[in-house]
Amino acid sequence: MVELYILLIFMIVGAIIAIEVKDLLSSVVAVGAVGLGLSIVFLILKAPDVAITQLVVEILALIILIRATLKKDLPFSTSGRWMLNTFITVCFIGVFLFIANKCLKDLPEFGYPIMRVAGNYLKNGLSQTGATNFVSSVILDYRAFDTLGEATVLFTAVIGVLAIVRRVGRKKDSEKLEEEE
Amino acid sequence: MGIYLLCLLLFCLGIYCVLRKRNIIKIIIGIIIAEYAVNLFFVLVAYRMNGRAPILSPDTTITNMVDPLPHALVLTAIVISLASTALLVAIAMRIYEKYGTFDITKIKELKG
Repeated sequence: MVELYILLIFMIVGAIIAIEVKDLLSSVVAVGAVGLGLSIVFLILKAPDVAITQLVVEILALIILIRATLKKDLPFSTSGRWMLNTFITVCFIGVFLFIANKCLKDLPEFGYPIMRVAGNYLKNGLSQTGATNFVSSVILDYRAFDTLGEATVLFTAVIGVLAIVRRVGRKKDSEKLEEEE
Repeated sequence: MGIYLLCLLLFCLGIYCVLRKRNIIKIIIGIIIAEYAVNLFFVLVAYRMNGRAPILSPDTTITNMVDPLPHALVLTAIVISLASTALLVAIAMRIYEKYGTFDITKIKELKG
């Protein structure tokens, strides 16, 4: 489990670099390093499907972000209530970590999950769905409505992106008449 | 237990970035980091000591598989996070076209 700690610390260092560096392009590249580290962590945690998806999605997100940040000037303002802002943020995070530390004691210990629902899936999955990969049997059979909802969200987001990025919207008939006059 | 705390620390870094930074791209990066941390937390909860991937093989019987349910949920969440990131970036680029800056303190005129 040592490699897991090393990779997590690498991810945290990458996140700190991504947050604090001034250049936006370097920051995006640091986020890419964090995502690829996450993909390796998924492999170590025996989740190959998630690792593959994370890899693909990470590269796509990187392309989108680089497209957004290329050739843009980046003035950093330090005006405003800077100290108060920082103070409130740090207070919030402190309270969050304190409460989370208390709640973590109720979770099952790392490496010993309860698996009350998943035990049933693992026992009957092959005879009920015929899939040898249990992750795909859960996605496409036991929880297929989840996947349907995912597709809905995906298409809604795509429609939103198209509506925002499109340059000229369609005009109403009255507006067209006004332009002609 | 320590590994959960490291994961939460990553989440807190994302929250810090969202709350404190003034640049829209930095805020998007903070959201992405927080998403990574939550996904990682789910997969950490699913892990079993010396476990195997939840894939059957024809010859051997595997008894110590990891929990496949959080894997399926995380798979869904990762794809949705890509879509929401694309939407955020599209909005940020429109804001840049209109105002010529990513700085949220300079964007004051809300009227279209």
